[in-house]
Amino acid sequence: MTELCDLTGAALSAKLAGGEVSAVEILESSLGRADTIDDRVGAFLTRTPELARERAEELDVYRATGAPLSPVAGIPTALKDVFTTNGVRTTCASRILENYVPPYDSTAWARLSGDGAVLVGKTNCDEFAMGSSNENSAFGPVHNPWDPTRVPGGSSGGSAAAVAAGEAVWALGTDTGGSVRQPASLCGVVGLKPTYGLISRYGLIAFASSLDTVGTLTRCVRDAATLLSALGGKDPRDATSLDGDRLDYTEGLEDGVSGLRVGVVAEASGEGVEPGVGMAVEAAIERLAALGAEVAEAHLPHAEYALSAYYLIAPSECSSNLARYDGVRYGLRAGGTHADSVAMMFETRGEGFGAEVKRRVMLGTYALSAGYYEAYYGQAQKVRTLIIRDYEAAFERFDVLASPTSPTTAFPIGAKVDDPMAMYLNDIFTIPANLSGMPAVSVPCGMDGQGLPVGLQLTAPVLGERTLLRAASALEADLGLSLRPPILP
Amino acid sequence: MPVDIDIDHVARLARIQLTDDEKARLKVQLGVILEHAARVGEVAADDIPPTAYAIARANVVREDVPEPCLPVEEALRNAPDREGDRIKVPRITEIGS
Repeated sequence: MTELCDLTGAALSAKLAGGEVSAVEILESSLGRADTIDDRVGAFLTRTPELARERAEELDVYRATGAPLSPVAGIPTALKDVFTTNGVRTTCASRILENYVPPYDSTAWARLSGDGAVLVGKTNCDEFAMGSSNENSAFGPVHNPWDPTRVPGGSSGGSAAAVAAGEAVWALGTDTGGSVRQPASLCGVVGLKPTYGLISRYGLIAFASSLDTVGTLTRCVRDAATLLSALGGKDPRDATSLDGDRLDYTEGLEDGVSGLRVGVVAEASGEGVEPGVGMAVEAAIERLAALGAEVAEAHLPHAEYALSAYYLIAPSECSSNLARYDGVRYGLRAGGTHADSVAMMFETRGEGFGAEVKRRVMLGTYALSAGYYEAYYGQAQKVRTLIIRDYEAAFERFDVLASPTSPTTAFPIGAKVDDPMAMYLNDIFTIPANLSGMPAVSVPCGMDGQGLPVGLQLTAPVLGERTLLRAASALEADLGLSLRPPILP
Repeated sequence: MPVDIDIDHVARLARIQLTDDEKARLKVQLGVILEHAARVGEVAADDIPPTAYAIARANVVREDVPEPCLPVEEALRNAPDREGDRIKVPRITEIGS
């Protein structure tokens, strides 16, 4: 049965404004769903029902005065556990931060909270956002609501699963190589990675700083536009945040795709793409053409090198960023007596980091070490230039590019854990947008033969979010998919 | 061909204590990953400039206005060990030798 917690943020916001429901009623619906289902999904690492009730009650009092509400006000919101939340434990799904309680709010959460959003909890993810299946969490896997024996994708797997299962109406995630879009695709929700720098990274615990991007997981494209409108705009606390005020990204959302030039990425088809994914994506692109878009083939000739470049750049930046976990100022300090502080650091990091984090720190340390820097990191940065040039050339002919988000639908838990290279290939179509900083969205476009959701990825030039969301919205309206996972009550 | 790595050296640089099992596994896995990653050398020529940030920004400054800083108690709340208003660590200098 459809309950309040199954509606979109847009629908709930309208009901709140019209006085049909209260913020407390909406919240109780989401909390009730999580009570019923989260032992089978495992979306949350920390739930915050008391804080949420307090906040929803305050909001209902405020609403009764007739004051205007932001469209995010009163909406049950989940945050990936990599966003700092003042007074609420923030772990990055790592033993090394298991008991860390930040003394400050991330800008992304401060903005949503300031507009009245209601935090229902912090979601599970791959440790420090490193992974594509959520199996790298130190606190256990997340189960895909479409089939609990399968992964939800990653690294924002808990956020995607929570939204798909109605445990939150929407959620924030982070996307460094596809970590919002790929789980969105595998869980049948909308995943938006905006232009690098459009949303502040202040208080987002760093993985790879030149790639990390705050993104949204929502049940519809309009909700993604609404959240982006609340989150965007310059933040003096993040030197990489772009100049400019908050914009309204819902403007022109329903203007359609007539005349829109859509390039289908030739390099993202064929080998490695599951037939069920290929067919759903192809059918969705045909719908865009039927709606008036001009569809033709596009090429990104250096895309095949993107994965190689990414697995040098991201680990290099990660090895530097994660140097701060040394057992000195916060986080885990390995127990026992230590000969000296350096021995303490070795033991703390050996004990506190999981296998994938160790792998990437080691990889990055090697790639940056004397004698190897030019051959690996230096060359990878040049490939990054080539990939950006590919996109610039493609966007002279096209307004948006289309491809599958992920080569596969949700795979069984455990299927790829022993083969890092096979796991890394999950992100082959999403990584280029991180290397180039361009905005991209994954929108549900159908099901494969096993009844698992498939996502279509659309990519636009830097700051082309309006075009991107307009195209995604037109497709969503035309397909009219019913996306209710079978395990829901 | 998989890349041959001196795991002990890299672990020392990264300040990570690894078990023998971990070292053996990482040596194989990193060798395979680096073999794949080394493909960046096939296309990136000398005349291609490197990109560090896709959307480059330079000299980002703000007005020099003092703001309140974190109170000491707040700043020390997550410290694993403390003595008064300071964070306490095992000794940091070598003795003897």
